[in-house]
Amino acid sequence: MKILVCVKQVPDMESRFRPDAAGVWYAETDLAFRVNEYDEYAIEQAVLLKEQLGGEPEITLLSVGPDRVVEAIKKGLAMGADRAVHVRDPEAHLKDPFQIASIIAAYAKGEAFDLIFTGMQSLDRGSTQVGVAVAEALGYPCATTVVAFEYADGTVTVKRELEGGVKGVVRLKTPALVTCQLGLNQPRYPTLPNIMKAKKKEVSVIPVEQLLQQEARLVLAQFSAPAKKGGGVVLEGDVADQVDRLIGILKDKTAVLR
Amino acid sequence: MKALLVGECRDGKLLEYSYELFGFASQLGAETAMVLVGNETALPSYGGTVYLADAGKYGEYNPDLHKRLVQAAVEREKPDYVVFLHTSYGWDLAPRVAALLKAPQVSEVVALAEGGFERPCCSQKMRQVVKPVGAPVVLTLQGGAFPALVPGGTPQQQALDVDGEGRTEFLGYEAAVRKGVDLTRAEIIVSAGRGVGKKENLPVIAELAKVLGGEVGASRPIVDSGWMEAGAQVGVTGQTVSPKLYVACGISGAIQHLAGMKKSGFIVAINKDKDAPIGEVADVLVVADVMQFVPALTAKLAK
Repeated sequence: MKILVCVKQVPDMESRFRPDAAGVWYAETDLAFRVNEYDEYAIEQAVLLKEQLGGEPEITLLSVGPDRVVEAIKKGLAMGADRAVHVRDPEAHLKDPFQIASIIAAYAKGEAFDLIFTGMQSLDRGSTQVGVAVAEALGYPCATTVVAFEYADGTVTVKRELEGGVKGVVRLKTPALVTCQLGLNQPRYPTLPNIMKAKKKEVSVIPVEQLLQQEARLVLAQFSAPAKKGGGVVLEGDVADQVDRLIGILKDKTAVLR
Repeated sequence: MKALLVGECRDGKLLEYSYELFGFASQLGAETAMVLVGNETALPSYGGTVYLADAGKYGEYNPDLHKRLVQAAVEREKPDYVVFLHTSYGWDLAPRVAALLKAPQVSEVVALAEGGFERPCCSQKMRQVVKPVGAPVVLTLQGGAFPALVPGGTPQQQALDVDGEGRTEFLGYEAAVRKGVDLTRAEIIVSAGRGVGKKENLPVIAELAKVLGGEVGASRPIVDSGWMEAGAQVGVTGQTVSPKLYVACGISGAIQHLAGMKKSGFIVAINKDKDAPIGEVADVLVVADVMQFVPALTAKLAK
């Protein structure tokens, strides 16, 4: 069995975001990057499946982006993936979801993966398009927003998370693609021995030009902070002072404090 | 200009938020038609054309067939926009329809913008404007971004059919797990989020709730980490609440959480990050570390 896991590296979401020089995406200076949280669930599910099948499946990680994404790849390898592909693209942030999916599909086409795991979305762009578009390009059936996953004899049974806590149970045959939702599993922390072992694993580099044949369907026009709608009070400064001011406001504006 | 709106049915009922599609079309100034995989009892209150495919035949979740049903309606209606809601149904189906139509897709649209559409990015902290190239354009709309509009009337039905079978087998719905306190009845809720730091810190939240006479809720990451029961989760996939007072402790304010609590009477948010999206709905944003501020507040209130 061959498994592909797609991994994106994204900034820490507690960062302060500022527009880049072109004003269309965030500037990368001062940002700390990490593995997209949804993709950690995708990696973990692939490793769990490998363990379930006695270590037989080979797990390939793929990440599209500039050289910094090698750090995300290393984490995935330390979590238990076997090898990795870095599609090197210093301008990945300007590609639209359709182009990113086309790049991944162009690589996956010749590899005959049985299962592909992706996150359901990225924390920075959050298009929720890439996984599904990869499946469409490859002609794979696909289930999105998966919070439970089972595999037996070429059949995948998943629970999709719907609104209001309801789940939809769906079955599909491999080859297939699933997009992983938060809470699917408990992503492991790489152990020191596994981090050391990961350093010896193969990472092949492919320049993006070799895989991308599609024109963009979206143009990024602007990146900015949302207009402040709420006229809420912001309390800053010393904690004791904040406590007094909050209690004053609650007494004034609500009936909950007597 | 014409928009084909893709409605949603679950368990044989039209989902109420399908009317937000009409609200959007009205802002866009577009003529409308709707496509729906459902049945005659699930038709919207709308006097235009509804392309109706039988959910009994095609299933409520069968993306291989649903995408071709939408495509069939697109061929007849020739719309400029094909509009979905950004829901588990919409974000699953829209990219498949976009692939079939070779169309650009803009996800989770929150507003119209000059020449394009505004959408959130960076976990709702920022906004971007994107311009689609080509037509038709596939869109998904963020829930609540466009006010619902009920056009009224009785639809002109057009039957919709395609051949073939889907590759995914839908085995059914599983009802939500409801354990613990019914938060929808609580007058005061103190909720814990990721900013609490670790499971061992949760009693600090419970103590504040006790002093205020309220219940304890949680954001999704707290439940996903197994720190609290799923029944405590506030948000789209948990409980939708509207207490008199909602205190969000270390909750950044993902849209899924906000949708579940923004109708609360008075909202206090405690967060280290002054730019956290929770600030958008908070009446008071206390910029502080939860573990410093909350115990101090509890101590003062207990006096």
